[in-house]
Amino acid sequence: MDDLAPRTETRPMTQLPILEVQGVTKRFAFGAEQITALSDASLRIGKGEFICLIGPSGCGKSTLLRMVAGFETATAGSLLMWGKPIAGPGPDRGMVFQDYGLFPWLTVAQNVGFGPAARGRPKAEVAATAKRFVDMVGLTRFADAYPHQLSGGMQQRVAIARVLANDAEVVLMDEPFGALDAMTRERLQEELLEVWARAKLTVLFVTHAIEEAIFLSDRIVVMSPGPGRIVADEQVMLPRPRDPTSPEFNALRRRFAAMLGGHH
Amino acid sequence: MTAHGLSPRQVVLALAAPVLGVLAWHLATHGQAYSLIPPPWDVAVQWWDLAFGGVWDDLYSETLLTHTFASLSRVYGGFALAALVALPMGMLIGRVAAVRDLLDPSLQILRPIPVTAWLPLAMIVFGIGPRSAFFLVFLGAFYPILLNTIFGVKNVEGRLFEAAAMLGVSPQAVFWKVVLPASLPSIFTGLRLGLGFAWVVIVVGEMTGVQTGLGAIIMEARQLSRTEIVISGMVTIGVLGFLSDRIVQLLGRRLLRWSPQHG
Ligand SMILES: Nc1ncnc2c1ncn2[C@@H]1O[C@H](COP(=O)(O)OP(=O)(O)OP(=O)(O)O)[C@@H](O)[C@H]1O
Ligand SMILES: [Mg+2]
Repeated sequence: MDDLAPRTETRPMTQLPILEVQGVTKRFAFGAEQITALSDASLRIGKGEFICLIGPSGCGKSTLLRMVAGFETATAGSLLMWGKPIAGPGPDRGMVFQDYGLFPWLTVAQNVGFGPAARGRPKAEVAATAKRFVDMVGLTRFADAYPHQLSGGMQQRVAIARVLANDAEVVLMDEPFGALDAMTRERLQEELLEVWARAKLTVLFVTHAIEEAIFLSDRIVVMSPGPGRIVADEQVMLPRPRDPTSPEFNALRRRFAAMLGGHH
Repeated sequence: MTAHGLSPRQVVLALAAPVLGVLAWHLATHGQAYSLIPPPWDVAVQWWDLAFGGVWDDLYSETLLTHTFASLSRVYGGFALAALVALPMGMLIGRVAAVRDLLDPSLQILRPIPVTAWLPLAMIVFGIGPRSAFFLVFLGAFYPILLNTIFGVKNVEGRLFEAAAMLGVSPQAVFWKVVLPASLPSIFTGLRLGLGFAWVVIVVGEMTGVQTGLGAIIMEARQLSRTEIVISGMVTIGVLGFLSDRIVQLLGRRLLRWSPQHG
């Protein structure tokens, strides 16, 4: 077990992408018919990248994310992590669900420590890890509260802390801030960027909001429906921290709005 | 409602109905020469004699504790056995398709048969005596526990399985880490209903000709036209059933603090 060893990169200079999506198609049975949720999608993601998936409803964003998480299998094509096929869910890829998915019978601290505890880490270590990440998301006072006693934004912070405490290398987020008010959303966006930079995370983030995508990501992947496919994949070159009121930001906003063709 | 105790208003309202009921009972029966129903005071005196003796000093004096203990042991014994069988069976039916296909159809056919309809058969199989009573209590408690356990383990939110899997819970550990805690509120509801039914069934069960038990003295006293004893037995069962449900409820509040419905 080398879980405790620092995560130093010992990979060759010809850097493997952390995630690779190669010609992935996903069809669902829908009664007697078949729905193509995603058609021939390809994507290479480097370690540490912050990528947003954006596109209208039904274009396959969640489907793609769920395949990377290992909850769904591809109908055709392959999904690789560090060059190895993704065979199912695993603690290297943490998911933050839109509806939080917290364990209602566990306190905030127990939810955050759930992953390390499930993988058999010693009790003291679990408690210390949980405390660290509960503190990080600013819920120290609520460590012993149960999920139903928290607001939506607080529950979402628990969900994020839970994935970070589990030392996930890749963080998958499916419209995590969709249900939150603007102020809470902005604060969580900033907190997320801070953790991403500090922990060298790779983030795959689904959103409907163009502004959120431009504010957060290194790269924006634009998708379109019927059948779902990737139509654009662009770097966001703006320096951080980004100012949503700047002319450059606005120019990008118009550009992506045009790309999404009247959906926004 | 407050977590600790009741407000004075609640106490007053809760007591209003029984007080009025007893008052009406008193007015209807007091001073009547040929009342079939004894007045409340006579019942109270009889209950005292049943419990502590010193009033009539007959065959029934000071026997309440014996009968209560006999009924309690049957109620909790039958209930415990029902839980012991129904909990694992419900978990298997709820989570293992093969077990469900094997047992569910038969259980669905047996379920509509009322416990009382089992009485003659129970007496044939187990004879006249406490074993029949025990069996009927078992049956009465069995179905609520079984059905609620099945419901609980079957209806775990799918999202929680995904959350556990992405956090590294192995498929073998999912039952203990997710299914069991998530279904605890349902299982608890089943246990509470089951215990309630056990109390309901105990009187029927003790009509099978056992010598002791609250159901037994109620039946015996009816034949001797000692209606005060009948009512004393009824009141005792009511109070014991109520207290036993209260204890279970308190236990649930502690165990299920996390659940908005129970905590
Ligand atoms: N389990 C499923 N069974 C059948 N069809 C499905 C299933 N999951 C997704 N689909 C279909 O796949 C398509 C893509 O769905 P997906 O949830 O990936 O879209 P999305 O881009 O996430 O949309 P939204 O922005 O509304 O969340 C839709 O047409 C949907 O009906
Ligand atoms: Mg979606």
